Amino acid sequence: MEQKNAPIYEALEKHRLDRIVHFDVPGHKGGRGNKELTEFLGEKCLKVDVNSMKPVDNLNHPVSVIKEAQELAAEAFGAKSCFFIVSGTTAAVQAMVMSACKAGDKIIMPRNVHKSAINALVICGAIPVYINPGINKRLGIALGMSISDIEKAIEENPDAKAILVNNPTYYGICSNLKKIVEIAHKHNMLVLVDEAHGTHFYFGENMPVSAMKAGADMAAVSMHKTGGSLTQSSILLCGENINNDYVRQIIGLTQTTSASYLLLASLDLARKNLSLNGAEIFRRTVELSQYARNEINSLGGYYAFSTEIIDNDAVYDFDITKLSINTRDIGLAGVEVYDILRDDYGIQVEFGDLGNILAIISAGDRGKEIERLISALYEIKRLYSKDPTGMYDLNYIDPDVVYAPQQAFYSSKKPVFIKDSAGMISGEFVMTYPPGIPILAPGERITEEIINYIAYAKEKGSLLMGTQDMNVEKIYVLEE
Amino acid sequence: MELWYTEKHTKNVRYSIKVNKQLVSVESEFQRIDVFDSYEFGRILVLDGYLMLTEKDEFMYHEMITHVPIAVNPDIKDVLVIGAGDGGAIRELTKYDFIEKIDMVEIDKMVIDICRKYIPQTASKLDDERVNIYYEDGLKFVRSKQDKYDLIIVDSTDPFGPGETLFTREFYGNCYKALKEDGILVNQNESPYYPNDAKAMQKAHKIIKSIFAVARVYQAHVPTYPSGHWMFGFASKKYDPVADLKEEWWNSLGIYTRYYNTDLHKGSFAIPNYVKELLGYA
Ligand SMILES: Cc1ncc(COP(=O)(O)O)c(C=O)c1O
Repeated sequence: MEQKNAPIYEALEKHRLDRIVHFDVPGHKGGRGNKELTEFLGEKCLKVDVNSMKPVDNLNHPVSVIKEAQELAAEAFGAKSCFFIVSGTTAAVQAMVMSACKAGDKIIMPRNVHKSAINALVICGAIPVYINPGINKRLGIALGMSISDIEKAIEENPDAKAILVNNPTYYGICSNLKKIVEIAHKHNMLVLVDEAHGTHFYFGENMPVSAMKAGADMAAVSMHKTGGSLTQSSILLCGENINNDYVRQIIGLTQTTSASYLLLASLDLARKNLSLNGAEIFRRTVELSQYARNEINSLGGYYAFSTEIIDNDAVYDFDITKLSINTRDIGLAGVEVYDILRDDYGIQVEFGDLGNILAIISAGDRGKEIERLISALYEIKRLYSKDPTGMYDLNYIDPDVVYAPQQAFYSSKKPVFIKDSAGMISGEFVMTYPPGIPILAPGERITEEIINYIAYAKEKGSLLMGTQDMNVEKIYVLEE
Repeated sequence: MELWYTEKHTKNVRYSIKVNKQLVSVESEFQRIDVFDSYEFGRILVLDGYLMLTEKDEFMYHEMITHVPIAVNPDIKDVLVIGAGDGGAIRELTKYDFIEKIDMVEIDKMVIDICRKYIPQTASKLDDERVNIYYEDGLKFVRSKQDKYDLIIVDSTDPFGPGETLFTREFYGNCYKALKEDGILVNQNESPYYPNDAKAMQKAHKIIKSIFAVARVYQAHVPTYPSGHWMFGFASKKYDPVADLKEEWWNSLGIYTRYYNTDLHKGSFAIPNYVKELLGYA
């Protein structure tokens, strides 16, 4: 196949030039029906915001240009098949879990997964077997999955259907994917990879191994994160062991029947660009992030970590495009630095947690933005740094899972103040966003430690969410 | 045939200069650089379509960005100039024998090369032995410096394009750190007249005011800049630009200037009410 082709994009271009008269949706009719929106987004954009029709195929039943575009993407990513996804990697992760598990099936996963994975359990009724990801104490971040923990989990749960791996994590930490695949397959379990932050593994040089290369069965890849497509577009990759017709059905359970062609075309063009220019794009990304890392480390007080944290176990590899910066030694929580950067310096980074900030570096960056970030960090240190003693020491809070997420979520529940909820069983999620990793998931027992953690995160200015209560003061707990 | 160079001062206002010929036009790594020979203003330097200087009125700008701070502190020895690839500010600084060292940071070497070749009127003193030229991003250069300079002059282009980092809080914060405890910072502070320029003026002044103990603005008339009404910022850790003016001392030096004098120095800090309002002093 020719990676320089982009069938969806080409079909839309042709459609635009054909000047078809539309008596179908969308009702803005090429933008004429909404002048302000057209002014804002541009006429060209509105003209290709069309609905499925024969010349541009249909995402729910692809037979022509979408099929071809998905095949091109599968080839580019080294997968057997590929699905274009229009409701975020969230939908891709859920499609993986729901394809692999039915209600009551077990799935092995680290507890520091994105909420989309645990949401999938609420929806489909699968039962999680959590693996403690381990914590790097110095950095206060959760790590990858260690092989011995996986072996133990498999031994204790030989009936599990799949293992879900988050690879790389937001912070860039990779697990030993090849080995995980080997063990899982030996026990007839599927390997599902949340590769939301790993698009570049498929195209960059000297990157950690990608899910498809490692032989994983499915992977959810956020093209919109580092691949250059529009926000909300994503892809799901499948390997040899997967019945992709079944996966299509599963996706169709929740997928819109009006997939946005703006998103689809962006996936098509992003794939083309990555195929043709990916190596160069990520060479430049690595160069920028390595430069920034070295400069930031020489400022003192910050620790922009990298491959030195590799321990061949829970940190099997590290993604050096990620610029995670530990802020502890200047006595500020990551989220505080995150806020100062935005409010005082006009610099938005991806997220700040209690100990770190994460800056996403991509081909869209230029040297001068990197200089701004480095200089602003220096200023923040000069102006705001304080004694780090008394900063929260993050521990992995081993969840006490009393009920499966679905059962807990749908039980009868009552609201109580979080501060009074110790010992009760949560019926909801609590998380900081980003990164959207649940502090509490439905079915888990609430402890003093968790309550303190939530209070501390709130005090430092983290954005908490997940509960029905928008202020995250009350939480629904199970009536027992 | 008539050739005209036109600059858009706003979406609805244009300023046109009849051109005799185009002397050079190149695309550097950072911007497009043009030099024209004009009938009215002599040679003119244009970056990305924006007029940077004309031979006829550059002295007004360059004298005001240099002599004002020096007349306030006779002990200025180490100077950093950021931007200013045309060399005009350097030419003025080299009039002072007691200045020992002038570091100049210009991101775009091509601007300097072209000015040397086509606009010797401003570039003539770039080879003075006290001048060290660094081809770097200004922000990158200052962030590694501490307690080093008596005076920093920020002769930037506009707050978009290659000069945009020179309008940020991190930049001025790092300048503060690079200055000695009696250091002075002077910056090109845009114009109060057209709304977009005025926004840049407000932003730069607000940032500088939040960092330096003393932060004032002063004005000059630069006919070929949009509206002709141009502002500079004077910031210092210690000196007031008017109360601490060393009038007798400066006049005793016998420096030849065509725009600047010490009466004008004092007057330039008297700003119109609408500008005071814009800057929140009304
Ligand atoms: C690890 C991980 N998986 C899945 C997702 C979900 O992606 P999306 O926001 O595209 O739905 C995210 C998003 O932050 C993520 O970090």
